[in-house]
Amino acid sequence: MAKLLLSIKSAQIIFGISWLCVTLLNAALLYFWFSANIETAIVDSLIHNILLAFAVMGLSQTLTYYRPKGKYLFVVVTSTTLAIIWVMLSGWVLAKIFEKDLLYTAWLYTAMPITFIYGFILLLAMGIISLLFYETREQQSILARKEEAEKMAREAELFKLRQQLQPHFLFNSLNSINALIAIRPDEARQMVTKLSDFLRGTLKKEDKQWISVDEEIQYLRLYLDIEKVRFRHRLSTEITISEAATGLQIPPMILQPIVENAIKFGLYDTTEAITITIDAWQEDGVLMIAVANPFDSSLNPASKSGTGFGLSSIQRRLYLLFGRQDLLSTTSEGDLFTATIKVPQPQ
Amino acid sequence: MIKVVLIDDEPLARELVLEYLKVFPHVQVVQECNDGFEGLKAIQQHQPDLIFLDIQMPKINGFEMLELVEKMPAVIFATAFEEYALKAFEVHAVDYLLKPFSRERFEKAVQKWLQARPTVEDEKETQALLETAAQQMPAQHNRIVVKINGKIKIIPLHDIQYLEAADDYVRVITSEGAFLKNKTMSFFEKMLDPTQFIRVHRSYILNVTQITRIDPYEKDAHIAILKNGEKVPVSKTGYPKLKEVLGL
Repeated sequence: MAKLLLSIKSAQIIFGISWLCVTLLNAALLYFWFSANIETAIVDSLIHNILLAFAVMGLSQTLTYYRPKGKYLFVVVTSTTLAIIWVMLSGWVLAKIFEKDLLYTAWLYTAMPITFIYGFILLLAMGIISLLFYETREQQSILARKEEAEKMAREAELFKLRQQLQPHFLFNSLNSINALIAIRPDEARQMVTKLSDFLRGTLKKEDKQWISVDEEIQYLRLYLDIEKVRFRHRLSTEITISEAATGLQIPPMILQPIVENAIKFGLYDTTEAITITIDAWQEDGVLMIAVANPFDSSLNPASKSGTGFGLSSIQRRLYLLFGRQDLLSTTSEGDLFTATIKVPQPQ
Repeated sequence: MIKVVLIDDEPLARELVLEYLKVFPHVQVVQECNDGFEGLKAIQQHQPDLIFLDIQMPKINGFEMLELVEKMPAVIFATAFEEYALKAFEVHAVDYLLKPFSRERFEKAVQKWLQARPTVEDEKETQALLETAAQQMPAQHNRIVVKINGKIKIIPLHDIQYLEAADDYVRVITSEGAFLKNKTMSFFEKMLDPTQFIRVHRSYILNVTQITRIDPYEKDAHIAILKNGEKVPVSKTGYPKLKEVLGL
């Protein structure tokens, strides 16, 4: 429901003051210019302007609910009609009051066209102001609704991107647990705990916009521990966090998919053991994290350009969070592929 | 005695199969392999009756490994990988175990194979499975795996100039030379991207990016000239296909 223009306090004050000024001016004009006596001047001004105020309020009110297609024409026609009715009505009332003052009544009739123009202009002005006011209101609410819808879509997409945990990871981990139950039950128990902690982390952190780098790395280690149970000696990791970077903030679950990607391409390109290195440091107040994995350039011709690796969901997430496309970059030197992300810090 | 080879890059996954296999006294696991290269060697060396095979593995995946196997054993897939392959599995008799799988499910798969054991049929079924799987796995769409002098070579598709039928084989001609692959022309026709590789002739599949010119040749036939000057015949039925892809 649109709020009435004249139910806004500041509008009421402006309207009231303007009305008072116009009324006083009107009376003064009659008294000084047309030499009416003071009584007549005040009564004339009051009758005219009180009735006009009602007409103006009525017009403004009408425009709240009813704005037909040709809205400006509508305002002009309505203003004209209201002005005519107003001139007739106030003329009739004043003529009744000052029945015996022939000079005044004669003047009243002579001045009618001018009075009409005066009323018409004020009505028109108020009509247009109301119109603009309600139109802007409507635009604003449309915009707000659109923004709200966009925000919701963005949130939903971010949620989906965060949820993009590889099902293979889960199924393979469960398979490892299945094997451990028969061979080494204690390890199976540990793995179940780690997997649970990891999954709980994915659920818990969804509401939070930011977590500390420390927290994210702890979470990452949990994931790496599980992967190391799966791949044994073939997978090792080196994590280096500079002191300046430890206190910085990061959106949760950004690192895990990057590392998962590195492991996938690292391990599937070679039959040997690999080391994934993860470095975090600070640069001009921006958190930088680089994840490097060895790869075989002869197996992955596309990886030279960096498009061959499944980092598009990270790119998309960073874009949705920060509105920038330049936060993820990849390089490959020799047989080492590096994905680097920049995380601007919250203000 | 039934000889079995396990091929999976996760040690625990192999240990689980070993554990489950203990109840089958006639089954002997002759080797455990970490990847497709080892698997291929082990299959050649031991000629196993049955292999347990993962799909996602280092370097070459399970399907690519099978393509290189000469004497095909029976295959039971054990994999967490379902989105591309499941359909292929459904159509064919080769069993598959979706990780994580139960002891009951595992024993059922082995029992089924032990009871049927139609070895020749197995091989046919596996071949048919490979053809279906090849079309469904995007990883295979950008490369072909071949064996040369006992070594495995991976050819990126853009390196291929054309393919030529040669009896039971297909010759894959690249800038580095020709490689033989024990497959049919229709296998490649199905597997390769039809907007890039055109069956221009009964015996030829051509990479359209390699063409510089097409000349008329005898009645109804044409000849395609490649960038390196080689000439590939284009048949009466092949020419319209080529024209359509090139937008002529």
